[in-house]
Amino acid sequence: MTSEKKIRVLAAKPGLDGHDRGVKVICRALRDAGMEVIYTGLRQTPQQIVKTAVEEDVDVIALSILSGAHNELLPKVAGLLKEQQAEQISLLAGGIIPDSDIPYLKKKGIKEVFGPGTSMNTVIDYIKNYCAR
Amino acid sequence: MDCLCRKISEEKERWVKTTLNKAKCDRRTDENGEDIKVLYTPDDICAIDYLSAIGFPGEYPYTRGVHASMYRGQPWTIRQYSGFATPEETNQRYKYLLKQGQTGLSVAFDLPTQIGYDSDDPMSEGEVGKVGVSVDSLEDMEIIFRDIPLDRMSTSMTINAPAAVLLAMYIAIAKKQGIPSTKLRGTIQNDILKEYTVRGTYIFPPRPSIRLITDIFAFCKDHVPQWNTINVAGYHMREAGCTAVQEIAFSFSNAIAYIEAGIKAGLAVDSFAPRISWIFNTGSRIFEEVAKYRAARRVWAELLKNRFGAKDQRSWMLRYHTQTSGVSLAAQQPENNIVRVAYQALAAVLSGPQSLAACSYDEALALPTEKSVRMSLRTQQIIAHETGVTDTVDPLAGSYYVEYLTNEMAVKINKEIAKIDEMGGAVDAIEKGYIQKEIEERAYIIQKEIDEKKRIVVGVNEYLVDEKVDQALFRVDKKVARQQAAKLKKLKKNRDGQKVQLALEAIRRAAEGNDNMMPLLIEAVNAYATLGEICNTMKCVFGEYRASGWSGR
Repeated sequence: MTSEKKIRVLAAKPGLDGHDRGVKVICRALRDAGMEVIYTGLRQTPQQIVKTAVEEDVDVIALSILSGAHNELLPKVAGLLKEQQAEQISLLAGGIIPDSDIPYLKKKGIKEVFGPGTSMNTVIDYIKNYCAR
Repeated sequence: MDCLCRKISEEKERWVKTTLNKAKCDRRTDENGEDIKVLYTPDDICAIDYLSAIGFPGEYPYTRGVHASMYRGQPWTIRQYSGFATPEETNQRYKYLLKQGQTGLSVAFDLPTQIGYDSDDPMSEGEVGKVGVSVDSLEDMEIIFRDIPLDRMSTSMTINAPAAVLLAMYIAIAKKQGIPSTKLRGTIQNDILKEYTVRGTYIFPPRPSIRLITDIFAFCKDHVPQWNTINVAGYHMREAGCTAVQEIAFSFSNAIAYIEAGIKAGLAVDSFAPRISWIFNTGSRIFEEVAKYRAARRVWAELLKNRFGAKDQRSWMLRYHTQTSGVSLAAQQPENNIVRVAYQALAAVLSGPQSLAACSYDEALALPTEKSVRMSLRTQQIIAHETGVTDTVDPLAGSYYVEYLTNEMAVKINKEIAKIDEMGGAVDAIEKGYIQKEIEERAYIIQKEIDEKKRIVVGVNEYLVDEKVDQALFRVDKKVARQQAAKLKKLKKNRDGQKVQLALEAIRRAAEGNDNMMPLLIEAVNAYATLGEICNTMKCVFGEYRASGWSGR
């Protein structure tokens, strides 16, 4: 895909959560699928995440969170994106997020939530389809 | 090879040709991709010298266990990892667990506490009371352990970067209960190196962090002699993806770094090595897990005796807590996790741990409920009372397969440790990113295998059902953060502010110099300085560790 513009993804860990096995696996999978991936490392505030996303001009933000702070932190990222008029960036989430929280998160602007057991291809296909639109 | 072994070996060759080759037999490999034989026979282990490599339980090299009679003398400690929300609620849960027959406590702290932020810090937003109990000051610890007599309790605290502060608090509340620190039994995790690689709750850079660890070693040998000053963890590295061999080798290499630091700080190895304890991860592959622990006990004993010249037998003993594998649990068909946990807990007990935590079946979804925690507790009690596996010491010993594997693992663990030694030890290997890279690589391979169905996970990539998981989940109330913040406000108003300032100033000076920090930390927590205030004071001197992200093309 040399002539095409590569899909750019920011993978981020909001909050204080240190579980990064999943996010690193996803980073690698997306890169192997031909995307450009930037990983923030741990302990990112919503402000830092949105700032990096805008500066790096990404198409997608993939947020990984397993600490249970998703209902507080994820809508904040969505709100800041809106403030920055960067709502074209697709906001995805993965980690330990109970099914019953997903409707709330979607209402707040999270496009999709990928729970434990999601295959890497599911995430890759979702992002490719989104960016092809 | 003696006569009998040679004969068996020859006979086996014949058996392969005439019998096995006619049978259908697929290929099987272990975690490292190496072939597992279809059959193990006496000739596979005839080179192993029983007396020097296996021996007797309670004696060097402890392959069969650290105690002579193992569970005939004393059962393992049933210690479920627990803690959430406010100190009040956690205190209630502990009393419940103790009433249900739990025999030790294991405190889970929330992330702000683990990283040294007070509940009202902006960085704590959304995290207060979520993955554990919130502790801002001594006041909270007083509540957590209210009506729990600390002289009769063994308490494990999963705390790393601010371990010295939480230990100071524990000593302080014991004193308030009228219990001298010499009577306290328990553990702090205090294993900072794996925080940089896999667990993420670091505060300070490696060097001052290790100084805090050696301060704890030095203080406890005189004042809290029954306390396990460090709980070196293979668990989290295994959770993050490494193999069983790497789990032992990487954690042993971290421990070697702590021992070397202790010796460099002027401590005799036998003055602190007996108080080193461990936490490992037990997965579902039963024989490999049992062999891993048997090999680990032997390698550790040899390491302490030969490399560090330890003379005290207690320095040679690998005493460990193990927890079943959290990462092996599935969010799909969560009831299947009850079975996974039971097999893993069985494997753990067959390996001879001193303490065990069994995961709860709903942990891939949320924090466990009271009911699911009770189920885990009962799983352990069923193994202890109904299966008979505790009746004889190290019951899988003598299995050709288990003995062969034990020996193989010992060789591989030593090889991996030597590799890290060559890099300059654990700190250098971490700085070079070697450990992280190895772990990440394995995690990716495992996920690929699952996606390609080369590795079957029941209910996840095979044997699926179309069902909505209808599980009553545990939720932490949002008001916890507000309650903790209000409590802090009140505390700061009522305490002696000048006393706090003086105590913090003393910590700052000690951090700049070489004096042992522990007595000053005890003084500061007694003055009700908050965890955040104490950690910020140390940050000013020690600096903060920042892990970098990366950008990959």
